Amino acid sequence: MKRTHVIRLLAPALSTALALVLATSPAAQSTAIAIVGGTVYPASGERIERATVLIRDGRIEAVGANVAVPPDAERVDAAGRWVTPGLINVVSQLGIVEIPLSAGPTDERANGQNAIAAAFRPWESFNAASPLLAATRNDGITTIGIFPAGNLISGQHALVDLGVGPTEAMLRRAPSAVAAQAQHAPSAGTASRGELLLKLRRLLEEARDWPDRREAFDENRSRPLLATPADYEALQPVIAGELPLIVWVDRAAEIDALLRLARDFGIRLVLGSASEAWQRADALAAAGVPVIVGGIRNIPDSFDRLGTRDDNAALLRRAGVTVILVSDSYGDGTHFNTRNIRFEAGNAVANGMSWDDALRAVTVAPAEVFGVADRVGTLRPGLDANVVVWTGDPFEFDTRAEVVFVRGVRVDAPSRQDELMERYRTLPPSYR
Amino acid sequence: MMRMLPLVLIAISLAAGGCATATTAQGGAEPPGSGPRGLVVEPNADPYPSTYTPRPSRPTLIRNATLLTAAGPIIRGGHILLEDGLIASVGEGDIPTPAGAVVVDAAGRFVTPGLIDTHSHAGDYPAPGVAALSDGNEATSPVTANVWAEHSVWPQDPQFPRILAGGTTTVQVLPGSANLIGGRSVVLKMVPARTVQEMKFPGAPYGLKMACGENPKRVYASRGPSTRMGNVAGYRAAWIEAQAYRQRWDRWLRDRSGEPPTRNLGLETLADVLRGNILVHAHCYRADEMAIMIDLAREFGYTIRSFHHAVEAYKIADLLAREDIAASMWSDWGGFKMEAIDSVRGNVGLVHAAGARAIVHSDDPIGSQRLNQDAAKARAAAAALGIDIPEHEAIRWVTINPAWALGLDDRIGSLEVGKHADVVLWSASPFSVYAKPDQVWIDGALAYDRAAGAWRTDFELGYVPATGGSDR
Repeated sequence: MKRTHVIRLLAPALSTALALVLATSPAAQSTAIAIVGGTVYPASGERIERATVLIRDGRIEAVGANVAVPPDAERVDAAGRWVTPGLINVVSQLGIVEIPLSAGPTDERANGQNAIAAAFRPWESFNAASPLLAATRNDGITTIGIFPAGNLISGQHALVDLGVGPTEAMLRRAPSAVAAQAQHAPSAGTASRGELLLKLRRLLEEARDWPDRREAFDENRSRPLLATPADYEALQPVIAGELPLIVWVDRAAEIDALLRLARDFGIRLVLGSASEAWQRADALAAAGVPVIVGGIRNIPDSFDRLGTRDDNAALLRRAGVTVILVSDSYGDGTHFNTRNIRFEAGNAVANGMSWDDALRAVTVAPAEVFGVADRVGTLRPGLDANVVVWTGDPFEFDTRAEVVFVRGVRVDAPSRQDELMERYRTLPPSYR
Repeated sequence: MMRMLPLVLIAISLAAGGCATATTAQGGAEPPGSGPRGLVVEPNADPYPSTYTPRPSRPTLIRNATLLTAAGPIIRGGHILLEDGLIASVGEGDIPTPAGAVVVDAAGRFVTPGLIDTHSHAGDYPAPGVAALSDGNEATSPVTANVWAEHSVWPQDPQFPRILAGGTTTVQVLPGSANLIGGRSVVLKMVPARTVQEMKFPGAPYGLKMACGENPKRVYASRGPSTRMGNVAGYRAAWIEAQAYRQRWDRWLRDRSGEPPTRNLGLETLADVLRGNILVHAHCYRADEMAIMIDLAREFGYTIRSFHHAVEAYKIADLLAREDIAASMWSDWGGFKMEAIDSVRGNVGLVHAAGARAIVHSDDPIGSQRLNQDAAKARAAAAALGIDIPEHEAIRWVTINPAWALGLDDRIGSLEVGKHADVVLWSASPFSVYAKPDQVWIDGALAYDRAAGAWRTDFELGYVPATGGSDR
């Protein structure tokens, strides 16, 4: 991690009107909760043996081996357990896509104008009642990123804590980025990769010039523009470097082009998918561009991804790139199995990443890149209490998330899947 | 089940004729050997025969290993000897090193049978996934029993070496699930090859792919079937034709009088299912549809070997156990379509606990590389339900149980003397996320060594950057 980069991410971006930080803690308990005796992996530093995590009013009050437990505190015995920050999966469509295929509408795409939908805010239709949320948080995922899809500019990205709804009480940061794609020229309304990149450049030019052109546009004195006024407004925080532009891209050639674009416009670029990013690891590290990848994919499954390899994350990290891990390999990792990010991280370790880096890549790294590191992603006093008690190494298959707190509230109630298993645990089933 | 006239016997009788050219009998061709150019009109059970030959091997003794044999309890500090392509010895302790043997010290490491995937589309849906190589669904008619998956297999698919590197040595390549009856499957060994014949598992029975539910009714919505009841009507119509076809042929083969019936490739395959020579693999998600498929099979006198995907198998685990039908399942895929929303992580464990034959399959080139990981997830989910399944039991989900579903459990799927020496040496317990295959043997020959990496397919040369071996 480059120090300058972190500082830039943590600094002033958080207070603009559009980049609203929503960090209130409704209905948090007023009594203290003490998670006692576990091995704490705070993600912000070294692990602490036989430590206590003290939670009060939804916040972490203290973390350490010598924390005094108030007599009235509710105790959670974590002896022999591992305690980590709640995991963060920044690429999910939970709550906006319930069932992807042939089962009614899904809400991850906008029509946009000219394949540009920068103003699209998919979290406004986030379904806090989706039964998939419980299954996800029960596996220790406490924050997800709601990710739009399609077009050249897909829309806005938001972070949601998987606590108890309504949606407004769950939003962590909205927007937290603007999402774009440079993988598929036709979806961008273009005929080739080159035209896609040209269109993206022209759009950023128009967005950059927009503050000086608003008036002319309103007075009908503007030349034709690619996008709508709402899109240019939505892109202002990107132009100002306050919000990152996430671009989904695979091929090394397009990664080079995007690095030039980011330099020319001074925008904060984040790459996603990034199958061939390992070939540009040094350039990405030098430019301070974080990369969102998985830890498993190794199949050259398109001509854009011939360089796909399963140690991409490890090679990037080794070069000093900020790596954010997501579940992008198989088995529907953006919906039903958003929860499987912990196994993606385990595989990343098996493929050469250090365990500590893998934990950071699913906690503090995404929190820093998306501007919420002052609220979630580590176990430090003052942060919101998104905390998980695991039966062992969270990346191992036979480990369970035993207790999950979101903003200090214990949320590990049975999921719909748990209810089905209970019903059919013995046959014939019991219909109650 | 009726086994009146196994097609294998027909093939043997044809061998004397010396000609495997299948020619339709239009216009009155004659019985084998009697035609002017030896025209063959009869079905040939093996017209595209395997040309696989085991690689050269030296005797290999793996010692100090923890063995999950899929045939009994875990063996710690044990050995296994691979000789002449077979397992010559396996058990506790050590044995004297045979002359000339390669010795592998497996201290701290695990040995399992080569893993087996009952559900792959490798070669038929290869990488890169371009239209020119998309050969997995003959989605032109709801019943295409006439197609054979092997005729689509591209041996240069980069997925094959990667699947091997994941410890999977045998896969069944199935036609896709667009059709009610999709065609014949083929069982392949994960070896470098110029032709599909060089990969075919010698003597493996064929499978028939059937599909329930959403896929056929979605693909054929405009021409039908467009409903689940339309699906079932479609299966029944096909089996009625197959019964009549089988009767015509069986009678002619018995009496040899008059003109032989006209050959029909699709009905030939279905008739051989009715004769018990081809194993049925049915893609079905929902419990209620699986129950219908079981009755359908009974109606026409065949059996289903394995349901595939079977995300609701846990709801009818008792029925599957009673009918001795395997369920090939994922540990946790679900929710991607309506018929998959009741997927639960406990599925595999609940099916296992009910005494039915549980299998962990992939249907995915990445999953096929880590069947052990999916089995580990399923085992953990069972434990969370209070069902403790030891590793030496759970390993059966990816070894002997799929071997049974493919009709190969007498040859592969467990570490027992006399069985084929398909063996994986793992860096740690295969139920750990951090475990990797260090070495893989097929028929006693070293097929993969992590330090050297897997072979590179023709396609990869120049297109896919070499990563080389790795000892990470």
